[in-house]
Amino acid sequence: MFDGYTSSELMSIFAMQGFAGLSLFSVFVLMAMGLAIIFGQMGVINMAHGEFMILGAYTTYLTSGFFQSYLPSLFGGYFFVAMILAFLICAALGALVEWLMIRRLYHRPLDTLLATWGLSLIMQQAYRSIFGAREVGVELPEWMMGAFQVTDLVELPINGLFVMIIALSIAVGVYLLMYRSGYGKKVRAVVQNRPMAEAVGINSAGIDRATFALGCGIAGIAGAAFTMIGSTGPSSGQAYIVDTFLVVVFGGAQSLIGTIVSAFGISQAQSTMEFFLSGSMAKVLTLLVVVGILMLRPEGLMALKVRR
Amino acid sequence: MGTTEITASGRSIGKGLGFRKSLMTLAASVMLATSAQAAGPSTAEVNTTGLAVTDDTVTVGILHSITGTMAISEIGSVQAEKLAIEQINASGGVLGREIKYVQEDGASDWPTFAEKSRKLLRQDDVAAIFGAWTSASRKAILPVIEQYNGMLYYPTFYEGLEQSPNVIYTGQEATQQILAGIDWAVKEKGAKSFYLLGSDYIWPRTSNKIARKHIDKLGLKVVGEEYYPLGHTQFNSVINKIKLKKPDVIFASVVGGSNVAFYKQMKAAGVDFTEEKPLLLTISVTEDEIRGIGGENVEGIYASMKYFQSLDNPNNQEFVAAFKETYGDDMVIGDVTQAAYLGPWLWKAAVEKAGSFDIDKIREVFAGIEFKKAPEGYVRIHENHHLWSKTRIGRAQTDGQYQVVYETEELMEPDPFPEGYQ
Amino acid sequence: MKTPSKTPSIVNWFTSREGLYYLALAALLVVILPLALDPFRLNMVGKYLTYAFVAIGLVMCWGKAGILSLGQGVFFGLGGYCMAMFLKLEASTPEATAIQSTPGIPDFMDWNQLTELPWFWEPFHSFSFTLLAVIGVPMLLAFVIGFAMFTRRVGGVYFAIITQAIAAILTILIIGQQGYTGGVNGITDLQTLMGWDIRTDAARTTLYFVCVAMLFLCLFVARFVQNRKLGRILVAMNAQENRVRFSGYDVAAFKIFVFCLAAAFAGIGGALFTLIVGFMSPSFIGIVASIEMVIFCALGGRLSILGAVYGALLVNAAKSGFSESFPELWPFAMGALFIGVVLAFPNGLAGLYQSYVMPLEERLFKRKPKAEAQPVSEPEPTPEARKPAVEAKEAREYDPMIEHYSPEKS
Repeated sequence: MFDGYTSSELMSIFAMQGFAGLSLFSVFVLMAMGLAIIFGQMGVINMAHGEFMILGAYTTYLTSGFFQSYLPSLFGGYFFVAMILAFLICAALGALVEWLMIRRLYHRPLDTLLATWGLSLIMQQAYRSIFGAREVGVELPEWMMGAFQVTDLVELPINGLFVMIIALSIAVGVYLLMYRSGYGKKVRAVVQNRPMAEAVGINSAGIDRATFALGCGIAGIAGAAFTMIGSTGPSSGQAYIVDTFLVVVFGGAQSLIGTIVSAFGISQAQSTMEFFLSGSMAKVLTLLVVVGILMLRPEGLMALKVRR
Repeated sequence: MGTTEITASGRSIGKGLGFRKSLMTLAASVMLATSAQAAGPSTAEVNTTGLAVTDDTVTVGILHSITGTMAISEIGSVQAEKLAIEQINASGGVLGREIKYVQEDGASDWPTFAEKSRKLLRQDDVAAIFGAWTSASRKAILPVIEQYNGMLYYPTFYEGLEQSPNVIYTGQEATQQILAGIDWAVKEKGAKSFYLLGSDYIWPRTSNKIARKHIDKLGLKVVGEEYYPLGHTQFNSVINKIKLKKPDVIFASVVGGSNVAFYKQMKAAGVDFTEEKPLLLTISVTEDEIRGIGGENVEGIYASMKYFQSLDNPNNQEFVAAFKETYGDDMVIGDVTQAAYLGPWLWKAAVEKAGSFDIDKIREVFAGIEFKKAPEGYVRIHENHHLWSKTRIGRAQTDGQYQVVYETEELMEPDPFPEGYQ
Repeated sequence: MKTPSKTPSIVNWFTSREGLYYLALAALLVVILPLALDPFRLNMVGKYLTYAFVAIGLVMCWGKAGILSLGQGVFFGLGGYCMAMFLKLEASTPEATAIQSTPGIPDFMDWNQLTELPWFWEPFHSFSFTLLAVIGVPMLLAFVIGFAMFTRRVGGVYFAIITQAIAAILTILIIGQQGYTGGVNGITDLQTLMGWDIRTDAARTTLYFVCVAMLFLCLFVARFVQNRKLGRILVAMNAQENRVRFSGYDVAAFKIFVFCLAAAFAGIGGALFTLIVGFMSPSFIGIVASIEMVIFCALGGRLSILGAVYGALLVNAAKSGFSESFPELWPFAMGALFIGVVLAFPNGLAGLYQSYVMPLEERLFKRKPKAEAQPVSEPEPTPEARKPAVEAKEAREYDPMIEHYSPEKS
């Protein structure tokens, strides 16, 4: 398939393809990070994760509308406000959900799956009733559109770069929070040994609520970021759910580093195969490889050794 | 007759003077065409097969997804069908009977469509069903409709390869849309090479086969053909492939949420459609889809369809005004929405020509039924149950509307079984 | 597949309390519903019952053994596709498809320019092969998945997510390979079974009774498994997997067995679905359908095989009823149902029955010990009373387990 191209053309295509893989990687990291915290640290399967992301996307949509009508001069910066709002709203809803529902189900992880699935149905229909069944278009500020010209042939999409930066900052942020802060220490203590953690005076219920809210808030940021590359509609969230869970499980549920490694592996595999095969087959092959590896290594790529 | 009309319009809508006025003019003009049928004949005479027809009402079914993933697309059709029914009622109904409808939700699930269509035909005995959107839902209800001898008015442009005695296809079949589009791109834009891209299901695949065959016949080249699963949101790899192959035309039949992702990512990758290098010709992006994608992301793409909201003719202006009056000023109307609007009107015309609600009698008179007030201009039913219609090429603008740049001179003949695809 | 009739007298069993529950269900399905409903509604009940097969399988595999599969739709779909392939071939005679460029192959293959029948379609000309495949294909896949997973001790949440991924893979494959599978449209327009028109009302009613009969067969198989030592090991495995393993049992083998059993049930349900509804589509294989099937089982009571039947019936009836009257509200109701069942009634209807109705019954039985010998004198089952549960004797035996029930302890 490469006949008739000069080597410089090929180089640029490969550079752009590498970039495509990287931006898919950052998308996966964004999707999976919130879930990895909730699932990995708490063992809760949040099937409504996609719907929390869409909540973030709708928040962005509303913010953009607000800025357009009331603060048109600041429109260029609305996205940052939207991301903060998305985080806060999703985190608040997450805390509420944890308080109403999840905290009663910690000893039955498979049941959280059913309950949050029910939650996702309700959230979807709520979006449909509030925002209408049609997709909404989120208008982006001018500076976020278009591409960054590196050479004659290599063009890097600006919003792709932006998603990458967000993903990176969130990953770093989560790392600092989990491994360099008092809160993170407590979370890890609770994960490793709940009764012991409680015995030394850690408020494990509070930690659970904060962690769930944090995970949902990150989902909200991810949703806000995805308005740049995907659609915002009542059922858009469902498209992400299988990929997201696979990334987290493949990485090894309790390891955040594992999540990042697996997001990298899956995204590179998928984008490379998409380039050489047809889109549908690439997807099937990627999923098959992941499932295959999981059969050989059920604990995921990076398993955290936990005494249970 | 006159009294019926006024009460009907007052009862069923009455959303302000302007709307009623436009309805009245529409009603009046329709009445001119069909006034001979206006007096209401006895029920026993017009309904010999036990349909839900009384002396002053007739019941029809509306069957679309209003929940689930397809609700995005199907809501417009529901609105258009209800509008048409209201307008018909305002103009005196069908054979002097007011139309009532039973609405069912297909829930984006094909078996549910089958179940609900069976319910409409068995339990509600509806005289017609306006509904289905995806090919899969049509395929699911087709056996039911044929078994109980119902009549479905199907609004979507679709892949063809079907001609049921129990379906009227008010959208275009694939050849009508595709051949005109490709011919236009070749003649007007000098296109030599094509890249075919679609979502992975039957309509894009069949459409691309028809396109490929036609391109081959013209002696031109297809440089790539690619399908992505429904709901796929990452198109960077295919965008790179397109950049590598440098086709003159990208022929796109991506649907649903994938559309949004695809156009946003194309735009982000530095592809400016207004430069037409490459030119993008789509058969799947109507004004409805643009709302979700954002006009700024699709500026400059071309679409090949039979209807655009911006069509400049009196029928369409009335239709658009009535639609906005009923559903709000921010509504947009796409190709399928307009085709859905045709359904009730064509049914009415057929019933009145046959002088009966009986499906078998209607079927005999279908061929040649015209609708002169169609927003798209003029349509006529072909004996293969599809519509003769013009195909137009529109160019998308930032405001989310298409500007019509070309239209076929003649009505295109529907050909659901093109040579070599039977 | 034998009914558990090793007890000295089968009559005794039928007049026992558990037998009465089965009789009540039989009366409901065989007598009451067919008399009360018109053929159209009865056909819908038949459709709901096909989901009950999956729910019974899930009770065995999730409720008893603690293996939650989110991919039961895969097996349901495979069984359904096997049957649909047979019916489609029968419908695609060269005469019926004379307008195609290759007569004698299914219409969708012709649209996709296939000129001959793919090899894996060939055996489906034979009805006996089809019947074997309906059970065999899902079981084979379940065995492969189960073998790979359970011998490596994959369980719990991981297993659930992997089965979900398998559902996703299969859906994409079926939709992508539409020349061979009919794609997203599925296999439609099925008309006759061995020359018998399955679309008439009479045929549909007959199929309904076939479905009920098969359902009871599956119920008895499930009951047989659950009441033998095998069933106890499954429950024990769920509670304390390691202890069972250290006692010398091959845990993986038991898990594979019960997973295959559930797959077989689902396959039968799928095949009956194809017959009753008249087509098969990939939407049953997807994730949404598979998770909905879990809720049937959860609502009925995850430990009760009879509860699963009622769960499937009730959820689907509610769904149809709701979506007919409030199409835009039913997702709310459905979501609330999921949450409510999980939060408030973790043991579903069967659990409610056990804690509220059974004590009443207990008193009734004590006062009139002879009453149970005669099913006629059984108090007319009110809707609430029809909801079944495991037999009292059994319940006493299992109670300690249920109290300490925790699927994820291992």
